[in-house]
Amino acid sequence: MSYRIETVAIDCLMVRLFDAIDEANMPWMLAASQRLRVVFAEGLIDLVPSYTTVMVHFDLMQLSPEQARTLIREALEHLQPDNGNGGRQHEIPVWYDLSVGPELSLLAERCRTSVADIVRRHSEREYQVFALGFAPGFAFMGLVEEALAAPRLATPRKRVAAGSVGIAERQTAAYPAVSPGGWNLIGRTPSKLFDRQRDGYSLLQPGDRVRFVPVDRATFINLGGDDTPLEVPA
Amino acid sequence: MSRLWIEASTPLCLLQDAGRFGVRHLGVTQGGALDWVSMRWANWLLGNAADAAVVEIALGGFSLVAEEDCCLALAGADLDARIDGQPLKPWSSFTLAKGQRLRLNQPLQGARAYLAAPGGFVAPQVLGSCASVVREELGGLDGCGSALAKGQQLSYDGQDCAPREVPVALRPDFTANAPLDLVLGAQVGDFSGLSLFDAFNRDWTLDSRADRMGIRLLGPALQYQGPAMISEGIPLGAVQVPPDGQPIVLLNDRQTIGGYPRLGALTPLALARLAQMLPGSVVRFRPVVQALAWQEQRAFLQRFVA
Repeated sequence: MSYRIETVAIDCLMVRLFDAIDEANMPWMLAASQRLRVVFAEGLIDLVPSYTTVMVHFDLMQLSPEQARTLIREALEHLQPDNGNGGRQHEIPVWYDLSVGPELSLLAERCRTSVADIVRRHSEREYQVFALGFAPGFAFMGLVEEALAAPRLATPRKRVAAGSVGIAERQTAAYPAVSPGGWNLIGRTPSKLFDRQRDGYSLLQPGDRVRFVPVDRATFINLGGDDTPLEVPA
Repeated sequence: MSRLWIEASTPLCLLQDAGRFGVRHLGVTQGGALDWVSMRWANWLLGNAADAAVVEIALGGFSLVAEEDCCLALAGADLDARIDGQPLKPWSSFTLAKGQRLRLNQPLQGARAYLAAPGGFVAPQVLGSCASVVREELGGLDGCGSALAKGQQLSYDGQDCAPREVPVALRPDFTANAPLDLVLGAQVGDFSGLSLFDAFNRDWTLDSRADRMGIRLLGPALQYQGPAMISEGIPLGAVQVPPDGQPIVLLNDRQTIGGYPRLGALTPLALARLAQMLPGSVVRFRPVVQALAWQEQRAFLQRFVA
């Protein structure tokens, strides 16, 4: 396993393991994160894994940058991919509807097909969680089939409802809370993606596998979903 | 338990501590006092832990009334603080007697003042911190990230304290315009030669588009020539350059990952100074290597302890 260690800040180093997004990276990324946590132990302040990198934020009162580099090399020596216990399976209910997923029609138009076909194609695939970021519990998942890939909106919405499910390029995600956002919205989930009462807080973790399950409005409401259309101001 | 009643506040008056750690891999931002040096001094004045909860008051507009005799400390910006109209300078502890009003009006020097109480203000710990992050609905008095608001009560449990002052020689000088130290990052070689010259030899003006997520800087457009980046972790103080070439210094409430190239990251001491600058201020960057910046930071923190 080859990797690079790069300087990013006074107390942060970037471990660069890959150069491209690939589902096959994930067992290596999970293994690297786990080893780094073990080896740094109390000397670690935060670990920020992403698609191809892990940023190590170390405690500068305990470690010098040079010592931190040595620990990274120690952690990643003889690294083996984590193919075993990583990755839970999730089924996330989604109410796919134009009232909460206005870009459904845009996608259908682009693909010269029906809204129902877009829903079928988005929900039949299993997606992998690549990274968490942007907001607490916001999971970047992929990859959606190439034909469904769509660029972010030219002008992001000022307010996207909690639970909104969207597509940006070949990635898909659900917004855990109300926020601004530029993804193409196709539906809404009643699932609580970030919950401070939950052990681990975030429903989705890197390496998890997710399938979106279409549900009707009544089921969405029964599961606690809020069907307030997007255009209603806060 | 001693109490204070908030009579006036703004969205920029927030309960803060050193920040929220150990949860950034979940997408949770760091938060915490922007001028961590002044926060530490405010707590030092009362013999508190360095990261005890304080009130960060940006630009003024904050006023509170003591419901009994209270011992407090003020450090950081001079926001024209007054006790019942009498001027109160920062960098000392003081008593606010029952019924007296402390008001912070407007910036005279610096931008952010830090108000501390013995033992720290009482607030719920949310994911290990009371740092208020409005966007994430975490921290603060209500635990949901809200800014402090008129009608709320602040309270503390600690014992009253002796009057104390920060020695004049140790107080940060908010009028000094020494360059801001920037630890060079890995992508620095992917900027054009002219852009690198500009980055470290030209003036940068703080834009009014500034908040606790980041501060935009205006100056010559910097040109990144490297490959497109995949989103990755963003350190505190990162100086990132979006396609328009105008850098953004990312602060405590930044997003956890992002895909813009970076010149590097400001040092913690540079960030504390930047947090006290108002829009329109002019700064310069000075490149430093990680090892030297690390030594300077360690020395600073050790002096603090002593």
